[in-house]
Amino acid sequence: MQLTNRSKQVSHKEMTLAEKMYLPAVVGGLATTLKHFFRKKVTIQYPEVKRYLGPVFRGHHVLKRDEQGRERCTACGLCAVACPAEAISMVAAERKKGEENLYREEKYAAVYEINMLRCIFCGLCEEACPKQAVYLRHDRMVPVFLERDDVVYGKDRLVEKSDDRYVRIANSEVQATPTEPSLTRAAT
Amino acid sequence: MDLTVLAVKGLIILAIFGITLLIATYSTYAERKVAAFLQDRIGPNRAGPWGLLQPIADAGKMFFKEDFIPAQASKWLFILGPCLAMLTALMSSAVIPFGDSIRFSWDGVAYDVPVQGIEINIGVLYIFGVVSLGVYGIMIGGWASNNKFSLLGAIRAASQNISYEIALGLSLIAILMMTGSLSLRAIVNEQATFFEWNVFTQPLGFIIFLTCAFAECNRTPFDLPECETELVGGYHTEYSSMKLGFYLFSEYINMFVSSAFISALYFGGFHYPFMNEVSAALEGSLGAVAGHNVATAITVVVFFAKIFFFIFFFMWVRWTLPRFRYDQLMNLGWKTFIPLSILNVVITGAGLLYNIKYTSWLIVVVMVGMAVFSSARAPKQAPVRQQTA
Repeated sequence: MQLTNRSKQVSHKEMTLAEKMYLPAVVGGLATTLKHFFRKKVTIQYPEVKRYLGPVFRGHHVLKRDEQGRERCTACGLCAVACPAEAISMVAAERKKGEENLYREEKYAAVYEINMLRCIFCGLCEEACPKQAVYLRHDRMVPVFLERDDVVYGKDRLVEKSDDRYVRIANSEVQATPTEPSLTRAAT
Repeated sequence: MDLTVLAVKGLIILAIFGITLLIATYSTYAERKVAAFLQDRIGPNRAGPWGLLQPIADAGKMFFKEDFIPAQASKWLFILGPCLAMLTALMSSAVIPFGDSIRFSWDGVAYDVPVQGIEINIGVLYIFGVVSLGVYGIMIGGWASNNKFSLLGAIRAASQNISYEIALGLSLIAILMMTGSLSLRAIVNEQATFFEWNVFTQPLGFIIFLTCAFAECNRTPFDLPECETELVGGYHTEYSSMKLGFYLFSEYINMFVSSAFISALYFGGFHYPFMNEVSAALEGSLGAVAGHNVATAITVVVFFAKIFFFIFFFMWVRWTLPRFRYDQLMNLGWKTFIPLSILNVVITGAGLLYNIKYTSWLIVVVMVGMAVFSSARAPKQAPVRQQTA
């Protein structure tokens, strides 16, 4: 199988004297590496510059609200069942009168927790959700933990803020979200 | 030698010591930067501006690592090994002439002190003596670890160092014959005019010497002793913390010293084209003493520029060439370099007999001719494309 057209046939034939002297090959090699010395560097200075990883990247979880700002989650538990790492847990509650503008369905998650130490970002919760309530953001990563208490994410950190709605954009020229201004295509 | 000269000498020696350590420290940083640049990366840039504090961070990390000595190791030899490596590496810079001379007068006496640790008329011999002592550091380290693989690694390293030292010495003999002196300052002064730099009169000797210097410093492509993980069981397998640091650091000191040695022997040392004109002009405008000292400072700068080029060259080669196999390495040393350097000595001697300096080129011309002829004669083989299902 030929993967590239740059492959070379390896031979065991005796080297000629010119080849045995090594020096022409050595000088050629040195020239090649020196050319790379002046090439454009491919490094992306990570924490300062973040590369756009595409619309399929799975990052920080978000519990979506619908167009009227109501939480979509109905606490059916399918995401928890689908989760291979068993990272999701929830407590369901019944919607009271007067809470119709808060929760879309009659049942809602009073507690919804994802253990970020267990989560493997497989995206199965996304797929399992019948209400399109849980998503993995393509533009934001889970920040580094400094405390063990920080690793279980409750609704306070999962439900999207009404001024920071999550929209999945397929465009590579994705604009920065308000909370992450440096999220642009790497310009090194 | 009176006390003033002694004091100035002491200052010079201290300065050389400090500069050697500083350059070796920043060689580690430069190595990583050069490697990064040759591989289209940026390299260390987090510690301090442009990552300049990186060597200090590395050293700090090394110091805080656990200093482990194997239970069955010969404890004192185990400690002695890295010390010896460091000591021999630092000793050899003593005889290298870093510049012309410093002129000053003190108590009405005019002094003319060369910028050099010690000026002895057997400088080359001294360096070879010290360099060959360096093998003990490696050998003792490997043996004292009480680890078979370390011992094998040490033997490998020692046999490489010893084999290449022969060719190293032999390639130098041609220069010694031309100069008629073992003093490094005399050799440097011999190369006052640009086209009499030994690299032009001794091209073959230079290539042999350079290659052997790579092998002596355990640098790629001859870094069989140094490659830690690829050929598991180098002589410093059992070393940790700053003892390992000393071994690795002494490699960088060796690199600096051999760069200085190469520039002194083959690239005219502190000489540069139009040096006499510059020095005369400076002495004319600034006075004999101040002008001479400024001219000396320029020679030192020139010499260090050459050294830095060679340090860069060492790194450039390291990140270009793959390493030799052990038998290839031995073949190259014994079957190629030693005969070639003996041939070089013979031809140079014949040239000196008739007072021609450039006879060494004869070998180069003949070899290039043979190479061209042999590759022209080689059967042209049509490339066969292998088709596998």
